[in-house]
Amino acid sequence: MIVLWTDGLIFILVLAIAVSITLMLRKPHFKRPLAKITQSKTGMVSLVVLLCFAGIGLLDSVHYKDSKTQDIISLLDHFARPLTERSEKTYSAPFSAYLYSKEMIIGEDGLEKWDYPRLKYGGAHLNNPEQEKWPDILSKAATGFGKGVVLALLLYLIFWMICGRKLAESFRPATKAALLTLFLVISLFYMLAYLSHWYHVLGTDKVGEDVFYQTLKSIRTGLVIGTLTTLMMLPLAIGFGIMAGFFRGWVDDVIQFVYTTLNSIPGVLLIAASILMVQVYMANHAEQFTSVLVRADMRLLFLCLILGVTSWTGLCRMLRAETLKLREMEFVQAAESLGVTRPTILIRHILPNVMHIVLISVVLDFSSLVLAEAVLSYINIGVDPTTYSWGNMINGARLEMARDPVVWWSLSAAFLFMFTLVLAANLFADTVRNAFDPRRAEHG
Amino acid sequence: MAEPLLQVKNLSVSFQQDTVVDAIDFDIYGGETFALVGESGSGKSITALSVLRLLPNNANIQADSIALNGQNLLTIPEIEFCRWRGRRIGLIFQDPMSSLNPVMTIGAQIAEVIRLHFSLKPADIERRVLELLQQVEIPNPQRRMREYPHQLSGGQRQRVMIAIALAGRPELLIADEPTTALDVTIQAQVLALLKKIQQQTGMALWLISHDLALVSNMADRIAVMEKGVLVETATRAEFFKQPKHPYSRKLLAALPEMRHCQDKTAMPSAPLLQVNDFKVWYPIRKGLFKRVVDHVRAVDGVSFSLQQGKTLALVGESGCGKTTLGKALLNLVPASGGQVWFDGIDLGQLSGEALRKKRAEIQMIFQDPFAAMNPRMLIADIIAEGLKALRPEINAEQRRQKVLQLLKQVELPASSAMRYPHEFSGGQRQRICIARALAVNPKLIICDEPTSALDVSVQAQILQLLKDLQQRQRLSYLFITHDLAVVGEIADEVAVMYQGKIVEMGPAKQVLMAPQHPYTQKLLKAVPVLAAV
Amino acid sequence: MIQYIIRRVAYAIPLLLAVNILTFVLFFVVNSPDDMARMQLGQKHVTEQAINNWKHQHGYDLPLLWNAEQSGLEKLRQTIFYQKSIGLFLFDFGISDSGRNIGHDISERMWPSLALALPSLIVGLLVNITVALMMVLFRNSYLELGTIVLCVILMSISSLFYIIGGQFFIGKILKLVPISGYDSGFSAIKFLILPIIISVISGLGAGARWYRTLFLEEVEKDYVRTARAKGLSEVQVLFRHVLKNAMIPILTGVVVVLPLLFMGSLIMESFFSIPGLGSYTIDAINRQDFAIVRSMVFLGSVLYILGLLMTDISYTWVDPRVRLS
Repeated sequence: MIVLWTDGLIFILVLAIAVSITLMLRKPHFKRPLAKITQSKTGMVSLVVLLCFAGIGLLDSVHYKDSKTQDIISLLDHFARPLTERSEKTYSAPFSAYLYSKEMIIGEDGLEKWDYPRLKYGGAHLNNPEQEKWPDILSKAATGFGKGVVLALLLYLIFWMICGRKLAESFRPATKAALLTLFLVISLFYMLAYLSHWYHVLGTDKVGEDVFYQTLKSIRTGLVIGTLTTLMMLPLAIGFGIMAGFFRGWVDDVIQFVYTTLNSIPGVLLIAASILMVQVYMANHAEQFTSVLVRADMRLLFLCLILGVTSWTGLCRMLRAETLKLREMEFVQAAESLGVTRPTILIRHILPNVMHIVLISVVLDFSSLVLAEAVLSYINIGVDPTTYSWGNMINGARLEMARDPVVWWSLSAAFLFMFTLVLAANLFADTVRNAFDPRRAEHG
Repeated sequence: MAEPLLQVKNLSVSFQQDTVVDAIDFDIYGGETFALVGESGSGKSITALSVLRLLPNNANIQADSIALNGQNLLTIPEIEFCRWRGRRIGLIFQDPMSSLNPVMTIGAQIAEVIRLHFSLKPADIERRVLELLQQVEIPNPQRRMREYPHQLSGGQRQRVMIAIALAGRPELLIADEPTTALDVTIQAQVLALLKKIQQQTGMALWLISHDLALVSNMADRIAVMEKGVLVETATRAEFFKQPKHPYSRKLLAALPEMRHCQDKTAMPSAPLLQVNDFKVWYPIRKGLFKRVVDHVRAVDGVSFSLQQGKTLALVGESGCGKTTLGKALLNLVPASGGQVWFDGIDLGQLSGEALRKKRAEIQMIFQDPFAAMNPRMLIADIIAEGLKALRPEINAEQRRQKVLQLLKQVELPASSAMRYPHEFSGGQRQRICIARALAVNPKLIICDEPTSALDVSVQAQILQLLKDLQQRQRLSYLFITHDLAVVGEIADEVAVMYQGKIVEMGPAKQVLMAPQHPYTQKLLKAVPVLAAV
Repeated sequence: MIQYIIRRVAYAIPLLLAVNILTFVLFFVVNSPDDMARMQLGQKHVTEQAINNWKHQHGYDLPLLWNAEQSGLEKLRQTIFYQKSIGLFLFDFGISDSGRNIGHDISERMWPSLALALPSLIVGLLVNITVALMMVLFRNSYLELGTIVLCVILMSISSLFYIIGGQFFIGKILKLVPISGYDSGFSAIKFLILPIIISVISGLGAGARWYRTLFLEEVEKDYVRTARAKGLSEVQVLFRHVLKNAMIPILTGVVVVLPLLFMGSLIMESFFSIPGLGSYTIDAINRQDFAIVRSMVFLGSVLYILGLLMTDISYTWVDPRVRLS
């Protein structure tokens, strides 16, 4: 097992989330809003979708060295091995049996002709694709979906046997909706996985690689950027924000100066400058990076870091304003007159009362970070070009929009997955905000 | 009797499941002053807003009829009803600052009503605005009408609100706690103005208030509301002579009165707290380099002393520096000069740990019990906080015992310990705050308006609790308040503060009954007292 | 007021100095002038002589921060940092690493940027406010719910897809406007329509939702109740009272970005081949032309600080309660 830098941080993050949720469940002022989230249909459905993405991302974060090829691969690569091994020569449309571009091929009659050749793998089991293809796809889709349904039901049954009875009483419409979503996701995903044994369900790209595989791999990149960036910026934002608001005076002046300076540099340019710097550093110290994967991973991590540096100022300013308000509150003054020391006041009175703002902004930032990744990759200052990411997919595909017929599948695949993830994240963020924002909470 | 101007029959208002107004009936006659009295949450404001259909959408209003001059308001469609609001019925709210649009001049805000309900030429509108401003006795109306609300004082803002309400020449003026946010001297002026205008115009005045003393001076008829139910309606004479409903009697009994003050002559002994020439100045900085050009003298050379087991009431209107003085004594606000001798020690000579320990013998109880407790902490932790900070040597079990003992002292059940602040009512919270202060065995408690956020009946209980504790534990109180009636209930000595200085000081009876300083006299004259019937 | 402005301008100097030091460290500490010369001249077969010539030509042949060979103040002045920074503070951007005059380029390319960014901002603002007002007017109805859902969907789509989709459907399939390019004068309009529409739509979701919360916050305030009690109808309340108050945060939020409009939009300009400062910056990043990037960082910072100052001043115009001191 090999732990890349981002892998390690992701596992730390998962652990941290688990710990904080258990801690939150013990405190009624967190438990109430959490319970509110579980009662919201949109919230639960989007949470399930997010968790499915997270599951794939986590599978893709367990890396090990393959014994046969000596490559570093992840568990996801292991499961998706059929996809990686079955690459075509170049573009092919989804479910197509033929290549996108014409070639000189030798026909059955032995004559050379200029035509679309059959794919090596996609639909290769068909004798006469024109007639057999769609019935075959339909029957295989039905089989796959059926197997998916059985699998999902089996999972539910096991779950039910372990802890069902207790949960049965607390069954709510939101829980039902969540379970139904999970059911559909499992079935559909299984169907796609089943179909991709015979077809390229989302087509292939320029070098013939399966697009379905690429989008699956891109999930991890999106999630890493959306979550690790937050992990990087949180200590800065919370520490500086609270300190500036609480101590005021010169501490406040210094912190304000720092964040005004950072804010005044156009974010894209700061990222560009930093990424250029890293590129040069990596080019000069090539020996430190054992493989392309490690190098790309370092760059991904650095991108998160620099995105964190450019994005902590917003939260910091919000926390500063809130702390300024809180420190004038009478309970803080009461604590001061009781002789409580300032660090204790900071931790016991200020921090717990700003945590809801932190939580809301973390969830809200996630989707904008995922979107930012695509834009940055387009300007070539995003993730490494060898990393699978939606940004890189879009970037590669947009040049092909001019071709005729249009190569639409890479773009559509990236769009579909990205849209689903960001939409789910946005909807979930709304639910979280409605549950935690005290002003909204009053209105039910 | 003539036809009523406003006739409300069987009005109920509910939000989702909660019924806040429950099947009430009342009439208001032309030209009279009708007072609706009740404690907070009794539904009195909701009643007024429901008549004008100003409640949020989730309110469910039901009534047999709400009739103005015999026409049922419930049957009028919303679009047409706009022409009734402001024109037939005017409305004044409690807080004039937030009730005026901050980015419109007051002239424009008054003119808006006139333009809406009367078709007048611009010049006539301006003349009418001036006339209204003169009617509500705002000096220099020509200039004032071009100013914004923040440039006016609190009393003037409320006068502008009255002018807005009068602009439509309404037959009924609803005044919802019109003076609660104002200082007592201003309150008297605004009430006098309302009375005068009512006499001029002959409109009916529907006064909504929690203050029975105020109502006794204003109202012709009084209705008392309790938890959404109208428990008693009577003329003023009947009501104050012999209130029928037990709740009315309870309200009257709870009313604090100045004449309750006792003539206690203190045994001369060494003072617990001795303050000499105490100052809190805030610098005013101006110019390019922010030089200090002058100071705001919030507390300007105050001297007084307080003996153990006694209560000194510090009285003054908002902005006189009384709260700043209290906070500065606790070092929550830095002092600019003067000496504080506490328990025989000059606090100015102490520093570090010693100061922290000594200061903890002075505690504070705040005005707003909602803001005074961290909403994220258990009551047990809130009360034990001072113990943890000052006496880290005692263990958790001892602390728990102490918390339970304190809860008992402030007459709260032991089960309160494991609950959170939001589960308690205002009065209960104030009890918890008192317990928190008592936890560190203070000798002096600074009470900053501890009862002004509470209803009268609860206020009486808290005052009683404070008195009991004082007797048992020989506590001293520095009681900061604007409410002279409360002073009469609790104080041994009174100091009257005005613009950062103490203008008069002496035994309670002497100051309240025979004031010497003109400001004290003015203050006392303005306090509404239950009118003799 | 004037004293306030003077103080703020004085405060800008240390800020800009800090920005400069930061970019300088980022560019030069890891990336030596030798590396830069090699990059500009091509990686292979570069002689020492050629590198030295290039460095001398572009002013990179001095020590970075401290010149030990000189004496007195010259120890500080004869350095790359001093030489390169002092020009920026005088708005003399010098020549780029590829030999062009940056100041000239900027003054030429900022107008196309502005021609795209300003209409996008204004149209976007109007559309956002209209949609938000509509949502507030019809609050608690299905129309509002539908619009909210639409907004969430709109804001969940990457701006890249709006551009690619717009170019494909409007430009390529429908052939209504040219896909990309630019022209001088009024003939630029046909090239600008599509990017403006796209930037308005891509900003609509987040913008309208944000303005809606601003409006809703105002609607719940006491003075709105007073306005209703005066007899104003719901529409009159919204337009005469709520809009006026909500415009304070909206306008000041717009003012802060006004100066930055000169910088242009990186993505829009490069997709639509508009010769503005945004595409200029992207080209510089891709060519790794540090002189240009450094100039743009400095320019951006100056404009941002200017925006902050303008925000403060604009507060005093729109909000009678605010006085600067």
